[in-house]
Order: sequence, then C-alpha cells, then structure tokens
Amino acid sequence: MTGTALWVYLSTSPLFWLTVTLMVWIAADQLSLAANRHSLVNPVLVSIIVLAATLKVTGTDYRVYFDGAQFVHFLLGPATVALAVPLHRNRELVRKNLVPMAAALVVGSVVAIVSAVGIALVAGASRSVVVSLAPKSVTAAVAMAVSETLGGVPALTATMVIATGILGAILLTPMMDALRVRDPAARGFAAGLASHGIGTARAFSVDPVAGAFAGIAMALNALLTPVLAPLVLRLFF
Amino acid sequence: MIRGFAILLLCQLVGEAIARGTGLPVPGPVLGFAGLVAALAWFDRHGDVDDTILASSDLGRVSNGLLATLSLLFVPAGVGVIQHLDVIGAQGLAITLALVISTAVTLAVTVGTFVAVKRLMTRTEEPRR
Repeated sequence: MTGTALWVYLSTSPLFWLTVTLMVWIAADQLSLAANRHSLVNPVLVSIIVLAATLKVTGTDYRVYFDGAQFVHFLLGPATVALAVPLHRNRELVRKNLVPMAAALVVGSVVAIVSAVGIALVAGASRSVVVSLAPKSVTAAVAMAVSETLGGVPALTATMVIATGILGAILLTPMMDALRVRDPAARGFAAGLASHGIGTARAFSVDPVAGAFAGIAMALNALLTPVLAPLVLRLFF
Repeated sequence: MIRGFAILLLCQLVGEAIARGTGLPVPGPVLGFAGLVAALAWFDRHGDVDDTILASSDLGRVSNGLLATLSLLFVPAGVGVIQHLDVIGAQGLAITLALVISTAVTLAVTVGTFVAVKRLMTRTEEPRR
C-alpha cells in the first residue's frame, strides 16, 4: 500500500477521526491545565479550532469526520441524565434555594431570548439567523427543535449553541468575580441557564455545588425555552 | 460500570419514548434526567440510598466519570461550524454582537435575580427570629 492509499483508507475510517478527536482533546485539556484552568484557554474552543482547521486543510467532509466522532457525541445523552446524581447529592441546598431559582429561571430565560433576538435584529441579521439565534442558551437538542419549528436553520443553531456555551464558560469566572457574587449556587445557576452544558462543565471544574446548580438550571431552561421562544418571536415579527 | 451506564441509558430511553409518544418539544435526555431525579428521591424517602452508597455505587462512579469529561462531548457538534462558515462570514458582526452581549447580559441578570431574591427572603425571615 502506498502512502496516499493508506491515507485515503485511514482518513475515511471512523477509528481515525475518533482517535484524532480524543488526542486533540487531551492536548487541549493539558494546555488548559498548564494555564491553571484560565477561562480564556477553554479546551472546547481550542479543540474545535484545531479540529476544524485539520478538516479544512485535509479537505475532509464534516460527515466523514462525524462518522468517527459520533461515538463521543452519543455520550451527551447519558451525561445529561447523569446530572441527576450531583443534583440529588445537593438536594437539601436545592430545596433551600427553590424560590431564588424559580425567579432567576423565568427572568433569565426571557432575557436570554429577548436580548439575542433584539440585538441580532438591530445589528441587521437576516430573519433566519435571528430565529436560529433565539434558543441559543438552551442545550443543543432542544435548541435545534425550537429553531426548526420556528423557521430557523437547526444546524446553524447547533453552532450558535456551542458558541454561547464557550462564551458563557469564558465569561463566567471574571464576570461573577467582578459582580462580587460568591454564592456557588447562584454562580452555577447562572452558568447553566445562560450557557447550558458547556457552562455546566465549567461550573463543575470550579466547584461541585456550582455544577449541581448549573445542571438543574440547564434542565429547567430546556423545559421553559420551547414555551417562551415562540411568544418572544411573535413580539418581534 | 455496566450497571450504572445501563441505568442512565434506560432513563434516557424512557425519556425518548415519552417525548416521542406525547410530541412534547423536550428532548429525551432532559426527561430522563427528570425521571432519575424523581427515582433517586423516591428511593431516598424509602431509605435505600444514602449519599455514601450513591457516591460509591456503580451509578455514582459512571456519572462522575461522564460529568468529569462533559465538555469533551460538545466537541464533535462544535466542529460542525465548518459547514456554516459562509453564513457566519456574511453576518459575522451581527452574530458576534448578539452572542457576546446576550450571553453576558443573561449571566448578569440571572445571577442578579438569584442573589436579590435570596437576600429579600432572608430579610423577611429575620424579624421572626
């Protein structure tokens, strides 16, 4: 087998892109560790940039890549269910914070949708982009379904959702410090509501209590956004 | 490990079945999450799980492992950005402004509401003591 033939074989096999995804992630995670988990060295962002550039340079189709990467992607489902365990472990604290949680959920969810739609409209985005942006704070599966029913582009929404998650993870620590919020429950709840699973992952890496509250905020917003998004869009269009 | 993973998948499967069956706009994993929360609360009330058992159980260990690498799981979907570089390029400014400002405002307003309501509650509780 010549080098080219070997490359053609390897670069279209699921094993290759799955292995590359894990290797890039490990390197990005090491980089983040070396930077003392600084928010700006976000391992998700670094991995996506490196992998996207690799696909561009090698001329690999995203579908070929995803054939391998889907095994990692699949674990998102069981990982979402697994958020029930830290929530259960912190149930006393959750019970004590029920009222602040309910208030922050409603206000935060409305603000997440209204601000995204409003700013995108003012900045001159097209209607399909505005609709695709509306559910950006909620976990990808829900956001894509909401986007589709309202006339957005589900695949574009998935990209917006990931970008929002990374932004939330980057902004979380500096913003909460600047606002002098020390309560891990409040910090975590905001992270999960504004930036779903990626914000939740960041919250977990800082504090387990923050992670538990981020998980419940993400789940609650996933239940509320499909109800609110159509109502908000009706106000704008 | 297999038992813990099977419990998670079972919850997700039941969630998917309910979501499909009822046509609710909520994904299966979120319903599965709600189901596992309810199941753990039920077992807890009947005295079958305490926190040390849960932490060292198969379910506890698998959950910890998955959640420790949660951000990795978003990478494959994120790489999908390469399919939308044309739209993002054409409306890049509007998209960037909307994402950055909206995410920052949402974080601030959510945490602000949480802290304000909590403070209000402790203030109304205090006179009774």
